Amino acid sequence: MSDTILTWQSLSPAIPEMYLVAAICAILLIDVFAGEGRRGLTSTLTLLALVVGAALTVEYARVPQPTVLFDGMYIADDLGYVLKLTGFLFVAVGLLYSRSYLEDRGILRGEYYVLALTALLGIFVLVSANSLLTVYLGVELLALSVYALVAFDRDSGISAESAMKYFVLGALASGALLYGMSMIYGLTGTLDLQELATRLHSPSSLGVTIGLVFIVVAVAFKLGAVPFHMWLPDVYQGAPTSVTLFIGTVPKIAYFALTLRLLAHGLGGTVAEWSQMLSVLAVLTLVVGNVVAIVQTNLKRMLAYSTIANVGFIVLGFVAGTPDGYTAALYYTLVYILVVLGSFGVILLASRKGFEADELDHYKGLYKRDPLLALAMMMLMFSTAGVPPFVGFWAKLRIFQALWETGHFWLVVIAAGMSVIGAFYYLRVIKLMYFDAPESGVPNALQSMGVRVALGINAAAVLILGVLPGPLLDLCGRLIH
Amino acid sequence: MHGLLSILIWLPIAAGVLVLLLGERNIAAGRWVSLLAALATLVLSIPLLTGFQTGTAAMQFPESVVWIERFKAYYALGVDGISLPLIVLTAFITIPVIIAAWTVITVRPAQYFAAFLIMEGLMIGVFSATDALLFYFFWEAMLIPMFLIIGIWGGPRRVYATIKFFLYTFLGSVFMLAALIYMYVKAGDYSIASFQALPLTLSEQRWIFIAFLLAFAVKVPMWPVHTWLPDAHVEAPTGGSVILAAIMLKMGGYGFLRFSLPIAPDASRELDLLIISLSLIAVVYIGFVALVQQDMKKLIAYSSIAHMGFVTLGAFIVYEIVRNTGAVQGAGMGMDGAMVQMISHGLVSGALFLCVGVLYDRVHSRQIADYGGVINTMPIFAAFMVLFALANTGLPGTSGFVGEFLVIIASFKASFWYSLLAATTLVLGAAYTLWLVKRVIFGPVGNSHVAELTDLNGREFVVLAALALAVLWLGVYPAPLLKIMQPSIHHLVDQAIATKIPL
Repeated sequence: MSDTILTWQSLSPAIPEMYLVAAICAILLIDVFAGEGRRGLTSTLTLLALVVGAALTVEYARVPQPTVLFDGMYIADDLGYVLKLTGFLFVAVGLLYSRSYLEDRGILRGEYYVLALTALLGIFVLVSANSLLTVYLGVELLALSVYALVAFDRDSGISAESAMKYFVLGALASGALLYGMSMIYGLTGTLDLQELATRLHSPSSLGVTIGLVFIVVAVAFKLGAVPFHMWLPDVYQGAPTSVTLFIGTVPKIAYFALTLRLLAHGLGGTVAEWSQMLSVLAVLTLVVGNVVAIVQTNLKRMLAYSTIANVGFIVLGFVAGTPDGYTAALYYTLVYILVVLGSFGVILLASRKGFEADELDHYKGLYKRDPLLALAMMMLMFSTAGVPPFVGFWAKLRIFQALWETGHFWLVVIAAGMSVIGAFYYLRVIKLMYFDAPESGVPNALQSMGVRVALGINAAAVLILGVLPGPLLDLCGRLIH
Repeated sequence: MHGLLSILIWLPIAAGVLVLLLGERNIAAGRWVSLLAALATLVLSIPLLTGFQTGTAAMQFPESVVWIERFKAYYALGVDGISLPLIVLTAFITIPVIIAAWTVITVRPAQYFAAFLIMEGLMIGVFSATDALLFYFFWEAMLIPMFLIIGIWGGPRRVYATIKFFLYTFLGSVFMLAALIYMYVKAGDYSIASFQALPLTLSEQRWIFIAFLLAFAVKVPMWPVHTWLPDAHVEAPTGGSVILAAIMLKMGGYGFLRFSLPIAPDASRELDLLIISLSLIAVVYIGFVALVQQDMKKLIAYSSIAHMGFVTLGAFIVYEIVRNTGAVQGAGMGMDGAMVQMISHGLVSGALFLCVGVLYDRVHSRQIADYGGVINTMPIFAAFMVLFALANTGLPGTSGFVGEFLVIIASFKASFWYSLLAATTLVLGAAYTLWLVKRVIFGPVGNSHVAELTDLNGREFVVLAALALAVLWLGVYPAPLLKIMQPSIHHLVDQAIATKIPL
């Protein structure tokens, strides 16, 4: 290869990652020297670092056409650029929502922010992966940071338990991923995803198919698709809510990128095989996620099953197996993250010192106690249910459209039916907030102006993007095509 | 005037948001803002009537702005003879709803008024959208305020009723959405006109027809998916019941006329007997069910189902007329009847629910047995109630007569037996409505509550008088309404009996 000589200029597309590594080191050091009394400093610095990172990304990381770096390990393209920007944004908003929650529970430590940033680094690596090795690197960096985050509240037994479950099952999935990759590598002789795409054709050999099965299993595990979803409700419920918010949002970008880069691009030659596997997973995921969510009494656990149900929709986009389907999946992922960010933001705001607002009953009569918070939550719930004028509607519409274009009649019918079942439990949250009388003994939600404004903007975005969905739809279309 | 339809949609919505922002503390101002906005909407709908060109089936007052370029979806509005009367009806009915709630609603009144204003805008949006995606957008968005209206201001079982209402309608709509997207994939854009022109094979049409049927049958509602309506009506506050009966049910009928018949004419022809039999079941069986009701609102709710049966019967009888007589002549009469029936039922059922609301505000009971001899203490109210009850039975000279008469004549053209079954409503409708009147209004004073009743106040009088005038005017002189809608109906009949199967 001629471009193996690295110059500063040629490295500029990788600025976000390099900057993030530097920022992580700096924050780690500053946190050590700042001492116990000034934890707020780390939090502020991290937010600042994220903002600077986004600015640097805008300034340097934009590439006119897809550029391959580091001997084909790394690819910089528009998709990566936009996903990294959204990563910065969503992590910043998530950390903003979490701060007083962490403070109240005595876990506002520098390591929390550092781990969040290393997870983000893992996401970036994954988003720009162009080789099986880079994919694995990104997956592991992200996963290890998240395991530690789940166990962050070390005095909480339930957190430790869910971290353990997550770690053991996650390690199994990583093993499956590595094993599948090794088989594909053995049969094709390349780690490069673009090269792989040219060497694999349908119908594939038995070896490739077996390797593919392992990879699909790992992807399904990471996404939380049934029957590889077992970890998800426990982890969502057991982790501190701020960590649940983190797991539920930004890593989804990475797992979307994982599925796109690995399955849709690298293993694109075997689309017929994996899209069949995914369609079975998607149907199971939709049914189990939606039906089991109905009987939950814990809001975090209900949202976990709702995540599973929504993952079903994202997977459906991939089942279509066309650029249009991937566009739909990307749009769905971004919209979904926006909504989940807000929903968990509401839980974080409603939780106070010594009180976890994670039971559904804690939201009874929220309207009377805190009308604005209830309004935000209502908008978010209607959006997830897919009711216009909120943005969730367009996400579902986009998936249906991709499925029709590829003639998946039954999948459309099942997805449509399941979204009605799904509407029920989102409506139940609204019912509790608006139609029921408040329960006594529930403390008032956090009044911090900054967080409330952020949450307000988050909810307003759900409405505005719902009324004028054109720009984001266009953007997603451009990124994939 | 350009942009008139947009103003009609967004003026009430903006006013609703304003009322919300004013909040519960400035409710006095909020009330007046609501009333003025509703009045302004009605006044602004008058140029729509006067500027409307009769004699053409084309969409008038067209507006079109690119909404989502990627989907070729337009913010496209327009009215024809089918949607215009419904838009004016919507603008009209909202005013009594707001006046009727003036001091009666004490819990979160600002939100109550805001919800109805936003509903008004969304409903006008449904009737004026000429882009299927925009139509669906308004169609679904409307569920949110209605869900809250029933859930917050409803009766004791309001939560059950409102969730049932939401899920039933959502279930139907989701499949309609799937059908719309399917046609978009084939046609390349979302305009309703290009869906209507899209050639479709018979089996495609069948699936599309069934998807539409799910959405519209739930909304109408047709037997056997009607069960949400009595619950929703009983639990909804008065205003919610009025809007539900007067406008939301019409959306189902409108959907059949705008989507099912012109988009899937061959499937409609094939499956017309299904719709006709479901309609006749609604007319006859639900008529009997209405007879045994103990609750006034429930009785009127069941009577609504029976009356809406006439709408679907009138819309689909055209195929039987063509099949049995071979002539296209006069085939549109059923549809004429269906349209008049929709407008008339909007006025009459709205008025009846307002009457029940008047009684409920005083006695706090909807049970028929809790009343008796109301005429002794409320003579003026009794006069109105009797008038609306007679209109509900289809007495000549009231609006109820025109629609039912046209549909029965049309079904007679198709077959004697259809008309025989349809005509049972004249007996059944009279039976359950007049028996209601007899038990509630006439006779000796039933109990101490009735003895303490005071007659209508000025506010209630104005509301009921306006509705009474409309009912009588439409009954005596329906010609202007028929003139507005006939070209569109003729065009629709042509579309409905043509075939779309590609050769």
